[in-house]
Amino acid sequence: MSHDTLPRPVKTPDVPAGRPTGRRRRHWTQRANPFAGVSTFIWLVVVIVPIYAMISASLTKQDEALGNNALKPPSDPTLDNYNTVLHNGFGHFLWNTIVVAAAVVAIVLVLCVPLSYVAVRTRNIWASSAFRMFLMGVAIPAQAVVVPLYLMIAKLNLYDSLLAIILPTAAFAMPVSVLILTGTLRDISEEMYEAMALDGASTTRMLFQLVIPMTKGGISTVVIYSALQAWNGFLFPLIFTQSDGPRVLTLGLFNYVSQFGVNIPALLASVVLSGIPIFAVYLVARRALVGGLMGVGGK
Amino acid sequence: MKGGSRVDAGRPPRGSQAKAGRPHAALALPAVLFFAFFAIAPMVLAFYLSFTKWNGLGDPEPVGFANWQKLLTDDRLAQSLTVTVLLTVVSWVFQTVISLLLGVWAAGRQKNRAILSAIFFVPFLLSSTAISLLFYALLDPNFGIIRGDTLGSTNGAFLAIVFVGGWQFIPFHTLIYQGGARQIPEVLYQAAAIDGAGRVRQFFSITLPQLRNTVATSSVLMVVGSLTYFETVLILTQGGPGTDTAILPYLMYEAGFKSYDFGYASAIASFLVVAATLLSLLMVKLSGFGAMRSTREGM
Repeated sequence: MSHDTLPRPVKTPDVPAGRPTGRRRRHWTQRANPFAGVSTFIWLVVVIVPIYAMISASLTKQDEALGNNALKPPSDPTLDNYNTVLHNGFGHFLWNTIVVAAAVVAIVLVLCVPLSYVAVRTRNIWASSAFRMFLMGVAIPAQAVVVPLYLMIAKLNLYDSLLAIILPTAAFAMPVSVLILTGTLRDISEEMYEAMALDGASTTRMLFQLVIPMTKGGISTVVIYSALQAWNGFLFPLIFTQSDGPRVLTLGLFNYVSQFGVNIPALLASVVLSGIPIFAVYLVARRALVGGLMGVGGK
Repeated sequence: MKGGSRVDAGRPPRGSQAKAGRPHAALALPAVLFFAFFAIAPMVLAFYLSFTKWNGLGDPEPVGFANWQKLLTDDRLAQSLTVTVLLTVVSWVFQTVISLLLGVWAAGRQKNRAILSAIFFVPFLLSSTAISLLFYALLDPNFGIIRGDTLGSTNGAFLAIVFVGGWQFIPFHTLIYQGGARQIPEVLYQAAAIDGAGRVRQFFSITLPQLRNTVATSSVLMVVGSLTYFETVLILTQGGPGTDTAILPYLMYEAGFKSYDFGYASAIASFLVVAATLLSLLMVKLSGFGAMRSTREGM
């Protein structure tokens, strides 16, 4: 684990002497590989065809699409389907999702950073039990607690509100976030704490002036991870909300199935639209996103 | 990513007497309470509810072991358990083989690989709900790419769920393997090449053993994550045909939120918690993931 969790995947930090100037034996990663060429081409087709079919169908008129093959491009492209989606609450659902994601990220950071600080630095039974609780928490499937949570949410008068989605989503994003943060926190050397202690810094000041700045990589990974959890969340919204008011995007999409019925082009237009915000983030900040996600994998 | 750090693993030194930067364990309390309230307490409550009869209104009534008796004699449980295990195993094989190969390939520094990797990542930008809807449309017998009623046959429905899960998560695991493969010291390959080891030989005797920890991380995430196929099952097959793809979480959802038998749903949920915990303990044991401190640092 390095605290530099924002790797630069496309750059070449560890291949010195980039161009092989007359060197005969090039690094294995730099030689052509025909088997890989064919396999990756097949995978490219697997990835591209559904995306192409989705976009093409979303531009097709509804009556033309029925009984048509999804691979056939539209004879008369139209944006009507997108119009239909946008007039059926899409913007409202998207806004709710953004609110939920922002709140989840805030809660996770505010709670998990201090906890990870304690888990890594403090040597007593309380600190290690707290860490162990989150370690075991990785294995609790959200599905397993949804019935009692439903009861609790109802008793707390939170049913059918955004908070009903935010609170449990944040809780279930915590275990992996703690693992990521403790991983990066361990890379802060003992000497740095000692140096700050010599300056008379309190543990709180160390949190703000040493721990947080030094775990930026882990923190950005956690931001991406927990935002994605909120973005992808389906079960909690499905069970804890009911009305249009607090409906988030995933549930909105799901409801389009019954709402649009056989209007599959409109359904696909909603899927395309739902992908655009993250696709935009991907275009603008691909390295941060990809690097952050690599961090979820333990690095 | 770089500077892998077996060297760091011992830091801070065991038995170090340093008192610097050891925050009070109370700093972890908010996180612990929040997680305990929204994740641990519901788990305990699920266990309690499994001994009651409750239709969602009024108060749960104790019924002793009735739900558990029903569960253990329910034919659907055995079937559901089989499907869940099968789905997990087949998905694991499918995703691991492809993302391992793609990840190692993507670790190469060629420009075309960087570009293709960027495209391969796109499916992960869609939420599982969006992806499930996309394939729900593309597998529609009247519209889709594949003619015939794929989701209407047991094998077709099962394979569709495996494929859709893979389509979504392979980009993520590819990323993890890419990160892992980039950390393998180049000198190992140079030495192997001098010994005359070919590409295949190098893959099996260097790449694979060196990626041991990455395989462990990725596998744990895959197995725990395979339970989140809930929305894929709900949208694509609704557990069908019949109950042939009703994985455990789906069975619980139906019992609770379709049949309003929350006591029985809680029994299934408790069973799920036990199964998930045993599974993760087993994986911790097999992979050495429990030695989180050193294992993760080796990645």
